Amino acid sequence: MPAPQQHRLVFRHIDEPGYTNDLACYLRNGGYEVLRKSVLRKPEELVDEVKKSGLRGRGGAGFPCGVKWSLLDRKSGKPIYLVVNADESEPGTFKDRYIIHNDPHQLIEGIMITCFANKVERTYIYIRGEFPEGARILERAIAEARAANFVGPNILGTSYGCEIYVHRGAGAYICGEETGLIESLEGKRPYPRIKPPYFPAVLGLYQCPTIVNNVETLCHVKHIADRGGDAYSKIGTPNNTGTRILCVSGHVQRPGYYEFEVGKITMGQLLNEVCGGPLPGRRFKAVIPGGSSAKVLKFGERYKGKRKVGAEMVDFDWGLEDVPMDFDSLGMIGSMGGSGGVIVMDDSVSMVEALGNINAFYSHESCGQCTPCREGSLWMKKITGRMVHGAARPEDGALLKSVADQIAGRTICAFGEACAWPTQSFVAKFGDEFKEYHQAKKNPRADGAPELV
Amino acid sequence: MMNLKPETLAKIEEVLPRYPVKRSAALPLLHLVQEDQGFISNEAVEWIASRLGLQPINVYELVTFYPMFRQKPIGRRHIKVCRTLSCAIMGGYRTCAEFRKQFNTGLGQVSPDGEVTVEFVECLASCGTAPVVMVDDVLHEKVDAARAKELCDEIKAEAKAGAGTR
Repeated sequence: MPAPQQHRLVFRHIDEPGYTNDLACYLRNGGYEVLRKSVLRKPEELVDEVKKSGLRGRGGAGFPCGVKWSLLDRKSGKPIYLVVNADESEPGTFKDRYIIHNDPHQLIEGIMITCFANKVERTYIYIRGEFPEGARILERAIAEARAANFVGPNILGTSYGCEIYVHRGAGAYICGEETGLIESLEGKRPYPRIKPPYFPAVLGLYQCPTIVNNVETLCHVKHIADRGGDAYSKIGTPNNTGTRILCVSGHVQRPGYYEFEVGKITMGQLLNEVCGGPLPGRRFKAVIPGGSSAKVLKFGERYKGKRKVGAEMVDFDWGLEDVPMDFDSLGMIGSMGGSGGVIVMDDSVSMVEALGNINAFYSHESCGQCTPCREGSLWMKKITGRMVHGAARPEDGALLKSVADQIAGRTICAFGEACAWPTQSFVAKFGDEFKEYHQAKKNPRADGAPELV
Repeated sequence: MMNLKPETLAKIEEVLPRYPVKRSAALPLLHLVQEDQGFISNEAVEWIASRLGLQPINVYELVTFYPMFRQKPIGRRHIKVCRTLSCAIMGGYRTCAEFRKQFNTGLGQVSPDGEVTVEFVECLASCGTAPVVMVDDVLHEKVDAARAKELCDEIKAEAKAGAGTR
């Protein structure tokens, strides 16, 4: 079956010739019309639209956005904050970069609708430190929107007002974890908070009720407010509504960003048709479907089970190429849709070395608060590092697994899982490669094999 | 005493009222002071702490945690090569080696000519155009070894042109 056409909602104007990131261009393209309509409605109605839309968070966890909003403690009498997670740091993910740089007013409009719906009067955009240009673009866009009365006091002649501030991070991955991000915004080390009791919806920024939403999620809110939650929920597939930006990187002919209705495109269609297949003379070996912490998938695997279609349970029997790129399907085959970052590796890559690269990342980024994660991520890095640069042993795969198995579920935040899943899945699926690595490394390196550790 | 530029001081005044709790301005102040002075000295830690009503340790612990803050000066240009998976499988390690070779320098050091510091950093979030490199605030995409050599030549030419005016 041929791949469906892209459905560009959030990325509609990305790459459009002549489209610029200033307010005038945004207004020429109908910008801020949805905000104008939204401030005439009741805030609760807008929350209902988002609930009806079925929108799931695009940052990684896929938690329903409307549910997140409805968990807010609205009776505390404290101010409610929105914190925009623009930390985009999950390896393989590069969608928010283009929204921020090329269409910042779309994000600001989504933010203002979200703030109006939730009676938020102050928002911080936490943008990763590695986007200095993005931070300047956002500052300028906010100033333009403020001058035009879309942001600031008494917006569009109403009694409602809201300020947006840009806050730059400083290179720490853990700030993408929402409670770590809040700590960082409070001027501290970004040590994630324990939940309960520190659910952001109740005890977030400055111990006030707080929503933390991803950049792409907030852009979808604009499109939901525009067409209504019911109409939006008809895009995509049930429980996986709307569109989603898939970021493809690594060994394909055409890496890049592609926006499709969620669940309407399969892995095979995406990689073979949309991205042009493997590089000349190569074959696909493995793919990480949702950012580097998602469990790796192996080409040639088959997945069998039962899934819900409408009200019925039906059997599925998929090759990796047949798997729809949605939250539920990727979850059913033992991985996740995560942040939408699809990393493709071909047969030039050693899985031991790829894991060594990933382990070095997580070891560098562990905040150090919980012992299993701090020590475990370091040992996994040391073991894979030794395998590559020192003496590898046939039993190293089992050793790696034993370390990983002692991390997940024993930490304050999900980083424990994020650093354990790569090791667990690489060893489970490519165990022979780990067993034989001590032999394989005696051979000269294959032509074109990249150095990874 | 801290000799901050007037525009840095003005920006600090602009940033402070954005937060209901002063401590929140710690990261913005660290960025501003580092941009002004090139690195964060012990004196800067104490100055920021007193500005925010904090103990110096509250600021120092941020400098030692967040990778972007540094306690020593670097070269005139800062070259950051992405090390993470998508860039690595597209040749990021070769790119990094080329930068080091061109400036005859090791990772994280000031090159002998004082011109650059080459660093291997984690994901820069531009994986679709791997391998990527940042030179100061500017992102460069699809930087293979050949492109790295070109960038080095540009940096050296700019250094030469700048030397006359320095």
